[in-house]
Amino acid sequence: MLRILCFVVATVASSMTFADVSAVYGFDDRSEEQRYQNLIAELRCPKCQNQNIADSNSPISKDMRNAVYQMMLEGASDQEIVDSLVGRFGEFVKYKPDLDSRTFMLWATPAIAVLGGLIVVVGIVVRSRRTGTAAPTLSAEEQARIDKMLAEKNRNGSA
Amino acid sequence: MKRFLLFLPLLAAIIVGVVLFAGIGKDPTKLDSALIGKPVPAFSLRDLKQPETTLDEAVFRGEITLLNVWGTWCPSCRDEHDDLMWLAREKKVSIIGLNYKDNRDDALVWLDRLGDPYSKVIYDPKGTLGFDLGVYGAPETFVIDASGVVRYRHVGVVNGDVWERVLLPVINDARENG
Repeated sequence: MLRILCFVVATVASSMTFADVSAVYGFDDRSEEQRYQNLIAELRCPKCQNQNIADSNSPISKDMRNAVYQMMLEGASDQEIVDSLVGRFGEFVKYKPDLDSRTFMLWATPAIAVLGGLIVVVGIVVRSRRTGTAAPTLSAEEQARIDKMLAEKNRNGSA
Repeated sequence: MKRFLLFLPLLAAIIVGVVLFAGIGKDPTKLDSALIGKPVPAFSLRDLKQPETTLDEAVFRGEITLLNVWGTWCPSCRDEHDDLMWLAREKKVSIIGLNYKDNRDDALVWLDRLGDPYSKVIYDPKGTLGFDLGVYGAPETFVIDASGVVRYRHVGVVNGDVWERVLLPVINDARENG
């Protein structure tokens, strides 16, 4: 009996941590809840910077989560929800900023770095190929000299 | 070609230096308002001092005003209060208050005890207008021009220095290009 009771208590206690979100915000189906989780994970808290609004406990994050939830209930699309928050708090609240003239370098830097690396690698390969193929081209005269030298060396060595 | 390559690290160091130098002194916790150049969002909220009166965005029409977001729970608001008093009294600045996520009784006691620099105070206990304005931490002070358009937002305490260096130039600009 005691064992069963322990089991029940443990089960209930372990499910309590998961119940937190749905206790505050009820969703009709799993996919909606997943959508909500994705949205609040990619929105950034303006007050406690470098935290998303899912992680942050600040009052403004709470307001923003609430706004996201309300807009979802009203049937807004992800884009509309993000745009509405950007309209209030600025581009800052997006962890993935749009590509425009200000953020161009931000997006382009990885591509530039990869391109630069490729150029260096190609340069090294081409140069080593060039020196590699240059070595064995000998004129007939040089070849004759080498043959002679090798022949001499072999004779001396065996003697 | 070889010699040019020798200068590459120097060139890279200069570029990185310029980029990093541009970031020095910038406070990343102070964000530009997303509402600059846009009208104050529509609202309909009670007047703190006259609970029967409803205020809307029309209160910002007619003259350049400062919109100061405050609350009795906010220690920095206490810090700047004397400076707001000075602005209202000495500089004849029109300041409208936004009492943000506060309760009326506390707010009225505060104004009674510390003085009232505000021509009007909008009472926003749920923070709805604050949210629409993108307020993320009181105190914040907005410069609103005579046609009700947001010109600037200052995050943090207003004092004599901020007034001279930051707010006054914006107000002068709003006056000239109003």
